[in-house]
Amino acid sequence: MGDNILEMRSITKTFPGVKALQDVNLNVRRGEIHAICGENGAGKSTLMKVLSGVYPAGDYDGEIVFDGSPVHFGGIRDSEHVGIVIIHQELALVPYLSIAENLFLGNERRGRTGLIDWNLANADAAKLLASVGLHENPVTPVGQLGVGKQQLVEIAKALSKDVRLLILDEPTAALNDTDSEHLLGLLRKLKERGITSIMISHKLNEITAISDNVTVIRDGKTVETLNLHAGEVTQERIIRGMVGRDLESFYPDRVSSPGEEVMRVEDWTVWHPTQDRKVVEDASFTVRAGEVVGIAGLMGAGRTELAMSIFGRSYGRNISGRVFIRGSEVQARTVSEAIGHGIAYATEDRKRYGLNLIEDIRRNVSAAGLKKLARRGWVNGNEETKVAEESRRSMNIKAPSVMSVVGKLSGGNQQKVVLSKWLFTDPDVLILDEPTRGIDVGAKYEIYTIINRLVDAGKAVVVISSELPELLGICDRIYTLSAGRITGQLPVREATQERLMELMTKERELVG
Amino acid sequence: MTRTAPPEADPTPQEPAPAVALHTGTSDVRQLITRNLRTSGIYVAFAAIVVLFAIITDGLSLSPGNITNIVLQYSYILVLAIGMVLVIIAGHIDLSVGSVVALTGAVSAILVIKNDYPWWVGVLAALAVGLAVGAWHGFWVAYVGIPAFIVTLAGMLLFRGMTQQVLGNVSLSPFPAEYSKVASGFLNGLIGGDGYDAFTLLIGVIAVGGYAFSGFRTRLARIKYQQPVESFPLFVARVVAVGAVVMYFAWQLAHARGLPIVLIILAVLILAYGVISKRSVFGRQIYAIGGNLAAAQLSGVKVKVVNFWIFVNMGFLSAVAGIIYSSRSNGSQPSAGNMFELDAIAAAFIGGAAVTGGVGTVVGAMVGGLIMAVMSNGMQLMGVEQPIQSVIKGLVLLLAVAFDVYNKRRAGASR
Repeated sequence: MGDNILEMRSITKTFPGVKALQDVNLNVRRGEIHAICGENGAGKSTLMKVLSGVYPAGDYDGEIVFDGSPVHFGGIRDSEHVGIVIIHQELALVPYLSIAENLFLGNERRGRTGLIDWNLANADAAKLLASVGLHENPVTPVGQLGVGKQQLVEIAKALSKDVRLLILDEPTAALNDTDSEHLLGLLRKLKERGITSIMISHKLNEITAISDNVTVIRDGKTVETLNLHAGEVTQERIIRGMVGRDLESFYPDRVSSPGEEVMRVEDWTVWHPTQDRKVVEDASFTVRAGEVVGIAGLMGAGRTELAMSIFGRSYGRNISGRVFIRGSEVQARTVSEAIGHGIAYATEDRKRYGLNLIEDIRRNVSAAGLKKLARRGWVNGNEETKVAEESRRSMNIKAPSVMSVVGKLSGGNQQKVVLSKWLFTDPDVLILDEPTRGIDVGAKYEIYTIINRLVDAGKAVVVISSELPELLGICDRIYTLSAGRITGQLPVREATQERLMELMTKERELVG
Repeated sequence: MTRTAPPEADPTPQEPAPAVALHTGTSDVRQLITRNLRTSGIYVAFAAIVVLFAIITDGLSLSPGNITNIVLQYSYILVLAIGMVLVIIAGHIDLSVGSVVALTGAVSAILVIKNDYPWWVGVLAALAVGLAVGAWHGFWVAYVGIPAFIVTLAGMLLFRGMTQQVLGNVSLSPFPAEYSKVASGFLNGLIGGDGYDAFTLLIGVIAVGGYAFSGFRTRLARIKYQQPVESFPLFVARVVAVGAVVMYFAWQLAHARGLPIVLIILAVLILAYGVISKRSVFGRQIYAIGGNLAAAQLSGVKVKVVNFWIFVNMGFLSAVAGIIYSSRSNGSQPSAGNMFELDAIAAAFIGGAAVTGGVGTVVGAMVGGLIMAVMSNGMQLMGVEQPIQSVIKGLVLLLAVAFDVYNKRRAGASR
């Protein structure tokens, strides 16, 4: 046991009415990369909050031993003091401050006068950036960096604090493949330098690729810790631990029978709202009733921009092109016009753009279709509750009641609320932007089932996704988008990940 | 369960896990109380303050004359608070309402006092000016996209200056009797009564009856939709409690000068805006915008239109308050309505509105306003000096919002 840097022993943490963690044990060996996985709401983040002192000692039962001695953190500063640094899913950087200012925030490099020595700070910052492989000027404002680079700044910041145990909460959730790979490579390098990492992730391929051990948590309990060097630990094996059952098929089966064309977009061009460049250029695509069409593209390819500009011009300027619904051209200059034409768009960022987190399920489900519940401007509250109740049942939203506040639901359940909201508007076309981002395996399967149910009912569905296996698993047809242009379309039986990736990285070439 | 014994001796003194954390299936009443802790907390605080001042002042604060006085004296703040809470729910603020009260009163005074127009011309002109001012604010906030704080700060200076300009910086008075009746008139003696006003009591009875009837109808509708309702005895208890308070209030008024006209105006406004905020599409969209602007926009809410009308409405209610205030002070002064915006904002926040928007109720704001009113009035009766009153009111506002923030932090930590 002497080689464990961290031992968490029978940690129990209760919230009003819920036992979030129950007798959880976690042993992390010195210098390893330790993955933690489990469904959303399983208690991973809570466990890390206990470890980092967000929930101070006394708020939980159990014992934490760090580096051989028991520790009792009263707050984040205490845990950082011994070298435990947590990097949250939502990055905690100040966008208007420079990289160097962010790196040394609260830990400023002072000169002899007590004032900040900017030359020293910037020089130190440059060294730290080099150590994480980020080639940026330290005076660049953080807001100008992409998410991937911001993530690296966070890690550099951790390194500046002499980190010994680095905790990353879903570090690659918002990254594209290249950035993810870079990040994982960096974790390996840190490991060589003797820094232990704990990584919470849903991406099983990443877990199996870089971690030494993986601890599976389910319903607030430790299920098992698997040693990935012992061989024969497959992704299916981990999934089995997470959900407690085998997923016979990751994607539910569906008999595809596309019907008439529902939506056709022609020559769609969108300019960036502030910069002088086209974000989407001459994009054309169609989607038929009972069909799931995928849009594959790397980050920055213009997928979300394409969708949002179609959806009531919610993005960009100088938008040109034509949209046809069931053969006739429609104008969707505002969101309510788009909704009126039977278009629905479920955002990739449900917390920022999809939900009113302080309101309950009921109010969120009715938000887009309130007019359907109203007569002469007055809302029928009972009807509204009934609608929400029906959604809760048919979507299997796990919540005590429709009066539950949406902000407290898990990601998967929040996503079901977003889908409920759009289904209530009774759309013909649903554009789902990253419908399974940040949600757990079990809930993903449920979302896929819901999509199948929709196309069975004759809806047309467009799915935007970063995960190619997902597109291959649920779509009938896949378009590829690269640098704002549609670079290809493949029926799913002809598509492979390699083939798609090839098209997604293809530049400046138009394919009908 | 109580608490699992840790495997080894625990060196930190540990509080037992909070007991409330452990029940899952709450009884109906308990759930009702915890769910409404924030709003019910306000009612409890209000009742406590009323009782406190009744004891300190030897019942003087609850005397018929004084209750009438409170209604007359604070009605315009409550009118402003109705509009203000909607502005705040949408995530804005309005710093100009005091100046708008002054300007609308001045316009009315100039027409009625200086130029001898009939009283209703003054009222209509004031309302028109209020609507125009609201549209002006709404235009800049909604369509140009300037934060309401800046727009209404500018408006505060702008409309104060305009008031002083049109009045030539001198006061105008007095209004004709009809105009003064708005704020100082009473409906009484319509159906007689001996030593008390039967009409006032009748209105009280009608109000309680209406409350019981609409409560019962809501209840039936909920049962029809198979939704949980409070148990019948609880329902009756609630109606009886509310009825007792209303009838006591009516009884006291009946023994003073009868039913103030301004109370009727106020009651109609509270009722109307209470329903608008809770049940109309417009009201719902105000909450949606305040809760998550981007999500509301992507759900098809016409954010600009809603924001525009929120400010138009605020202008309208400012004009109503301006009419009441000028009527009560029987004239128009260049410095009228000074700091009214702060009282209205305080009322909304004490009443549970959230600084970040998306939360708040009209009724809450009314109770918040009444808390301020009862406190000011009580301290006046006690002879507390103005500076001390100000200090105490400031602390109450701070503590009320601190309580709100504390509550939210607790709620946020439970995940």
